[in-house]
Amino acid sequence: MDRVPVLKLGDVLLVSIQTDLEDVVALALQADLSDRIVATGARGVVVDISALEIVDSFIGRVFADLAATARVLDAETVVVGMRPAVAITLVDLGLSLGGVRTALNVEKGLKILRQDLGLPMAEDLEAITSASNPLAG
Amino acid sequence: MAKKDDSTQVVTLLRERRDEILAGWVAGALAGMRGRMSEAEVRTELSALYDALVKATGDGLPPSTAPELDELRAQLRELSRSRARAGSSPSETAVSIFALKEAVLSELDDASGAESLADFLVFSRMVDDMGLITFEAYADARESVIANQADELLELSTPVVKLWDGVVAVPLVGTLDSARTQVVMEKLLEALIETESEWAIIDITGVPAVDTQVAQHLFKTVVAARLMGADCIISGIRPQIAQTIVGLGIEFGDIVTKAKMADALKITLEKAGLDIVRRPAPPT
Repeated sequence: MDRVPVLKLGDVLLVSIQTDLEDVVALALQADLSDRIVATGARGVVVDISALEIVDSFIGRVFADLAATARVLDAETVVVGMRPAVAITLVDLGLSLGGVRTALNVEKGLKILRQDLGLPMAEDLEAITSASNPLAG
Repeated sequence: MAKKDDSTQVVTLLRERRDEILAGWVAGALAGMRGRMSEAEVRTELSALYDALVKATGDGLPPSTAPELDELRAQLRELSRSRARAGSSPSETAVSIFALKEAVLSELDDASGAESLADFLVFSRMVDDMGLITFEAYADARESVIANQADELLELSTPVVKLWDGVVAVPLVGTLDSARTQVVMEKLLEALIETESEWAIIDITGVPAVDTQVAQHLFKTVVAARLMGADCIISGIRPQIAQTIVGLGIEFGDIVTKAKMADALKITLEKAGLDIVRRPAPPT
């Protein structure tokens, strides 16, 4: 069975959905993601759906559930890169993904999370790592 | 067969006196053209038509729907189209077809008789049909032009403009219906991705009326934009429109609305952490 990779980027988990989601895969992702949030103690989740061309009401609900689960585990979720056609479909289906943050692309999604959670920004991260690295400078 | 026998006289006339009738036709047609075309042009056009007519009326006048007339009909349509392109009105084109009747009638006078009058009536009906075909072709051509223009208008009337880094605007002009909203929505959402804009301003200054349906369309667009990670401001709400909106009980909820597009732009700049300040006056 296909699995959706969940990548760890510092305090944030990046879920990159590369193909159209089958229902089974979507459910597996939900389970995987909650396991990984607990295991890594992640504070934020970025779900990249820029490759997703088809959504139905089920997948729409899975995203809402993903976000709700993550919130219970104290992690903010941002869905990024939604295509216009997908957005129009969701609106026509009457789904507004209430409670899920959205952003135009991964970069903006990460920025939102870092601002909201007070996590260090990418530039700050570099500063911290170079400062804590005794070999640097 | 009786009908065909009746009309042979006109048919024979058409065949035997080709030059005289054609000359009369061309003269009659030219009179109605007010110098828009040269005599040579008219003569070429009409003699082609005349030959098609003679060919179609092999041994008597066929009924107007007969397949023999297909070629003649095609020629008439082509004539109507080319005349329309040259700027002739449909009546001018039809009148130049009807001139054939006069031309035939003047030739009939010589070989008069009650029978020939009956013949002529049948022939006259056929010429009327020919005139109508040019009329229809003209109307069809017009219809297709109008349809094309409507499509172009749909494309032209929904420009998405970039106002600032991260801010795009759609000035809506004209009545919003479902088809147009769909086009606006798609164009706006695509522009958001292309320009990586987090703000979209929908300006409805040019929308003559807002009813519940139009509001519904606007909401849909805003929700779709939010799903993609951008936010919308609706601007250009005229006083009457504001009153209608309240009167209809439409709630804009948490969608930011502004009276002017300038105000909307200002808000987006503020949210982006930009200030607009006046340059200090240069020291005098």
